[in-house]
Amino acid sequence: MNKIVQIKPDQVQDVGSLYAARKKVYPQSVFGTFRRIKWGLMAFCLGVYYVLPFVRWNRGLGAPDQAVLIDLPNSRFYFFFIELWPQEVYYFTGLLIIAALTLFLMNSVGGRIWCGYLCPQTVWTDLFYAVERLIEGDRRERMRKAASADPLKLERISEIMLKHSIWLLIAWWTGGGWVLYFTDAPTLVKELVTFQAPAIAYIWIAILTATTYLLAGFMREQVCVYMCPWPRIQAALTDEWALNVTYRYDRGEKRRSVKKANELRALGLPAGDCVNCYQCVAACPTGIDIRNGPQIDCIQCGLCIDACDNVMKKIGRPTRLIGYDNDINIQRRMAGKPPIYGIVRPRTIIYTALIALVGGIMLYALLTRSLLDINVLHDRNPVAVKLSDGSIRNAYTVRFLNKRSLDRVVTIDVDGPPYAVLHVVGDDSIIPDRPMVVLGRDGTTELRVLVTAPSEKNSERSIPIKFRITDIGLGEVASAIDNFVLP
Amino acid sequence: MAESELDKVSGKTTTGHQWDGIKELNTPLPRWWLITFYATILWAMGYWVVYPAWPLLWSYTRGALNYSTRAAVAVELANLEKIRGDKMIALGAASLADIEKDPALLALARARGKAAFGDNCAPCHGSGGAGAKGYPNLNDDDWLWGGSLDQIVQTIQFGARSGHTKTHEGAMLAFGKDGILKPDEIGTVANYVRSLSGLSTRQGYDVAAGAKIFVENCTSCHGEAGKGNQELGAPNLTDKIWLYGSDEATLIETITIGRAGVMPAWVGRLDPSTIKALAVYVHTLGGGK
Repeated sequence: MNKIVQIKPDQVQDVGSLYAARKKVYPQSVFGTFRRIKWGLMAFCLGVYYVLPFVRWNRGLGAPDQAVLIDLPNSRFYFFFIELWPQEVYYFTGLLIIAALTLFLMNSVGGRIWCGYLCPQTVWTDLFYAVERLIEGDRRERMRKAASADPLKLERISEIMLKHSIWLLIAWWTGGGWVLYFTDAPTLVKELVTFQAPAIAYIWIAILTATTYLLAGFMREQVCVYMCPWPRIQAALTDEWALNVTYRYDRGEKRRSVKKANELRALGLPAGDCVNCYQCVAACPTGIDIRNGPQIDCIQCGLCIDACDNVMKKIGRPTRLIGYDNDINIQRRMAGKPPIYGIVRPRTIIYTALIALVGGIMLYALLTRSLLDINVLHDRNPVAVKLSDGSIRNAYTVRFLNKRSLDRVVTIDVDGPPYAVLHVVGDDSIIPDRPMVVLGRDGTTELRVLVTAPSEKNSERSIPIKFRITDIGLGEVASAIDNFVLP
Repeated sequence: MAESELDKVSGKTTTGHQWDGIKELNTPLPRWWLITFYATILWAMGYWVVYPAWPLLWSYTRGALNYSTRAAVAVELANLEKIRGDKMIALGAASLADIEKDPALLALARARGKAAFGDNCAPCHGSGGAGAKGYPNLNDDDWLWGGSLDQIVQTIQFGARSGHTKTHEGAMLAFGKDGILKPDEIGTVANYVRSLSGLSTRQGYDVAAGAKIFVENCTSCHGEAGKGNQELGAPNLTDKIWLYGSDEATLIETITIGRAGVMPAWVGRLDPSTIKALAVYVHTLGGGK
């Protein structure tokens, strides 16, 4: 049965236009547990971002000594003890799968943890707000200054200029930090300072300075509300057990002033804990009222929890009127039952298991990956050549991959066709029929290899042939299988 | 279109759009989004001015930058030629033996040689040098005019029976057509030739007569043992490789009408370093001596 609700004019949420003018948000400073967590995570994330390119890692002579380096010209990715080649990008695929699953797990445990604490958009916006607050004052002051119709005074102009200068400096550092991951960081810093860095470095710094300045200084919550796909996906992925930043309307309603509530309670009548102080709204960086329930605009940063807790402490009521909770518990409390927290449930178990599985597979693949490899490509035309003495020869293009940062010598053997003889074009081996080749460090070597076998001993049309290479120093072995074909 | 109205449940107005009584709530987009949209349209117009954009009847608007992808490709190709030029000079300066010993030069020569082979040689010799009837297989170890690097260079430069003054001369005579041998003699010697490389022969053919005909007519070019002569391009008749075929009918045809395949001279058409690269490529196909 439909219930028709009469709404008052002040409850109308839009003005009928198809396009909404942006309501600028002036978040108030907050102190408390979640604010401290956010400061800590911000320091950690930014610290890692800026410091990591300068961390050194010795890989021996001739190899870059930067711990984390994306070497695009040489197609190499270095991460501490790991060095990846372009054909190993599936490790990144694995990392992305783990990242996605971790996002899902965070979401099913504590809602938009990513959005509220770790997303670069949140971290940088938070930092920009901190700068703004430091220079222009807190919420009320900023609102007053923005609304003021007075002509700009020198003090105000210098305030605005200082703010934008610091913003641009942070933005510039952001872009500057980014480019350091793509080449030797200390060298690039020297080049940047002396204006001798390649143009592409300056271009990227400029681009990232512009995006950081724009996204964290001006777009802010609009990015989360209108541009980011994650809130939409998150809304579809969540379930009723996930702990979200929630206003406990079972405790809060009906909202009364402290005085009125005390009066009512003295008479034994019900009164909510919410005193309608609007501190949660004032603190919100996306400018919403959490008391309207879960909404797509809420990034769940927890700042309203701190704001509300501070008020509750002041008026001597229990904290966490706003807290990490869900509707199930609100209903249970209303029914007089104790709350239950379903952190461990099929959804979280499955996500955790999947993360462990993918992580395990990747770790196994990483630990057992071969640093010596061989690829064989059979000549297509002609597939086989008959020689003047009637024996048959097949030619192969063989590529050797040496992923170690040292030169090495390998011997090549073939198994398969009886009496097969191996010859490497351009190679004069001291051991006949068992060529030795030198493989340069951290690179590939391509050779043309000829295999000859007498036709009277090889009557099959096609015989599997195994190329086996052995590092004579380290004993590492790699092999590849192809076919030896008769004309 | 219906009027926009206030939805009493949600507290929102409707857009006025209506489908079978279903109304759409107004969830307004931010105005900056609309402005951005218009800005992208303006940006596109900027493209029309700066870059080639509109097709005209016989031309197109060229744009203020006068940019063209074809010109960009031409620049890239010129750069490539420049890079290649230096390396090709290095290739031209190195001796053939040195090229095969230096892995970098060998790789360059093989790459360049492969490209040149595809452009110039593949129509007759096949894309991988596998040859065809009458066109030698360059992968095997049997060479009409010699399989050393120098000999290969010589053959590529001047060809065979190409008309060039320095070309390889020498041809298989048309013993039957010119009446040097009678048809039954040709049959006999064809079987004798088959016997040289261990192939089966016709039952009861006259071995002595075959040997006699061979000595009198063939040994001057193919040698007494039938091992051939690379000075004259006379094939070795004792091995397993046959340019035109080893069956009796083909041999009779060869002896009757003669053979004189032509390879053009490439000197003057290809520059010396390309010929060098080609020789190295062919030599490293597998059969090089």
